[in-house]
Amino acid sequence: MNAIVENLDLFFRGFGYTVALFVISGLLSLLLGTLLAAMRVGPIAVLRLASSVYVTCVRNTPLVIVFAFFAFLAPVLGIHFKWLDVQVGDLNFTSFYGAAVVSLSLYTSAFVCEAMRSGVNAVPLGQAEAARAIGLPFGGVMREVVLPQAFRAALPPLASVQIALIKNTSVAAVFGVAEATQSMRDLLRDFGATERIGIFAMFALGYVVLVELVSLLSLRLERRWAVAR
Amino acid sequence: MRTLRFRAAAAAVLLVGGLAACGDAGSDSDGRDVEAEEVEDGKFEDGSRMAEIADAGTIQVGVKYDQPGLGFKGAADELPSGFDIEIAKLLVADLGIDPNDTSKVNYVETISDNREPFLESGKVDLVLASYSITDDRRKVVGQTGPYFLTGQQLLVPEDSDIESIDQLQGKEICSVTGSTSIDRINEAGAKGVGFDSYSECVQKVLDGSVSAMSTDGTILAGYAAQNEGELKVVGDEFSEERIGIGYSLDHPEMCAWINGVLEEAFEDGSWAEAFELTLGPSGVEVPDPPTLDACPS
Repeated sequence: MNAIVENLDLFFRGFGYTVALFVISGLLSLLLGTLLAAMRVGPIAVLRLASSVYVTCVRNTPLVIVFAFFAFLAPVLGIHFKWLDVQVGDLNFTSFYGAAVVSLSLYTSAFVCEAMRSGVNAVPLGQAEAARAIGLPFGGVMREVVLPQAFRAALPPLASVQIALIKNTSVAAVFGVAEATQSMRDLLRDFGATERIGIFAMFALGYVVLVELVSLLSLRLERRWAVAR
Repeated sequence: MRTLRFRAAAAAVLLVGGLAACGDAGSDSDGRDVEAEEVEDGKFEDGSRMAEIADAGTIQVGVKYDQPGLGFKGAADELPSGFDIEIAKLLVADLGIDPNDTSKVNYVETISDNREPFLESGKVDLVLASYSITDDRRKVVGQTGPYFLTGQQLLVPEDSDIESIDQLQGKEICSVTGSTSIDRINEAGAKGVGFDSYSECVQKVLDGSVSAMSTDGTILAGYAAQNEGELKVVGDEFSEERIGIGYSLDHPEMCAWINGVLEEAFEDGSWAEAFELTLGPSGVEVPDPPTLDACPS
């Protein structure tokens, strides 16, 4: 335990990066995923096709490969994030953070899209028809009527997707972001000989706490949005 | 003159090795040709780990697969190659095992994270994987040597005007996640960014995401040689790494044996020959053999 107590700053900085990766890519993936879901159930054939091709390609690609694409191939193609250089307290957000956020967001949004689509399918067709009947355009039908109800139905799978995202941030450890898993490996190098189990346990606990927070939030939202049926 | 003689010796060894390998398709190892020694009765004390391994005729050696010049194994190679491997061969041969026979010697890949667990659990008998000797590691595994000394330097693009780590204050420098190198980078005032292997860091230097990468000079020299004209090694060594051999603390008798084999290799020139053959092409001069630590009593 000494290893963690003496290196609390490293411990919290690591989880700081983990949270920063999760919050930004979580929001981006929800936005992009919802957009993709709307495209996928929408009336325009080209967009429907584009969205389903995206989901098929990205969802079937291992996350490490998505990361490797943005780390090794994208810079060669001229896509890099060198313009990014923000300092918030102890945390540094540079090109590596940018690439990690983009990888995680693109990857997760495919799953968000599918969770949203299941939510949309759960909304009775009559709702959309009624919305059309009062003269709402497609955007209005989605925004005002279908998506709010779809979001409610999709909440449990969406929470699962976001929980998976928290744990997926650990892949960034080997792509230049000093998040929790990387801090753990730093500590294991220095103290792993004698305190291996304690270090593992503390970092596992850190992730459990983060995941539990998201689970609780999703439960509360579920209760708040529940309708008497 | 000195290097010339070694080159000639190396060439001779290669030639003999090449002839010996005739008809042995697939053997493209370009290391020294080390033959198994006869183990006479009583060479190793009864009940010692060495006697057990010699009797069993098989051994597991933990090595690196991704460090050209030290321990490197290409996708199509049967045997890894490099200086670590050459030293491993000497030890294996001393036990009466043919170091080129992969059915008897298993060169297991060990990464920085799993060298101690592999030794502790007995998954490997020896570790020769650019394994720095540290006090903390010595608490859980046996480490003896060093069989060579190196220090941390910088690898930068050929056209870069960086000459020392002092010019990179607050800048990002690539190294391997969980390595001591990344710690030293942070201590020197730069920001270490961690990737999974040194070859990935080389990519990041080549594509300009970072202005430099840093780790042991010998490792960097290997990459500089691989990417001649694109990368160069610069700067004074800002740390000293003593590269040693790991063994399990359950078998403390191995220490004296390893030191004996190393001592012999220092004296009969096979150490220098191995050095010249593996690290020489990257432009590293053959140094004097280091002084070995005494075995704990």
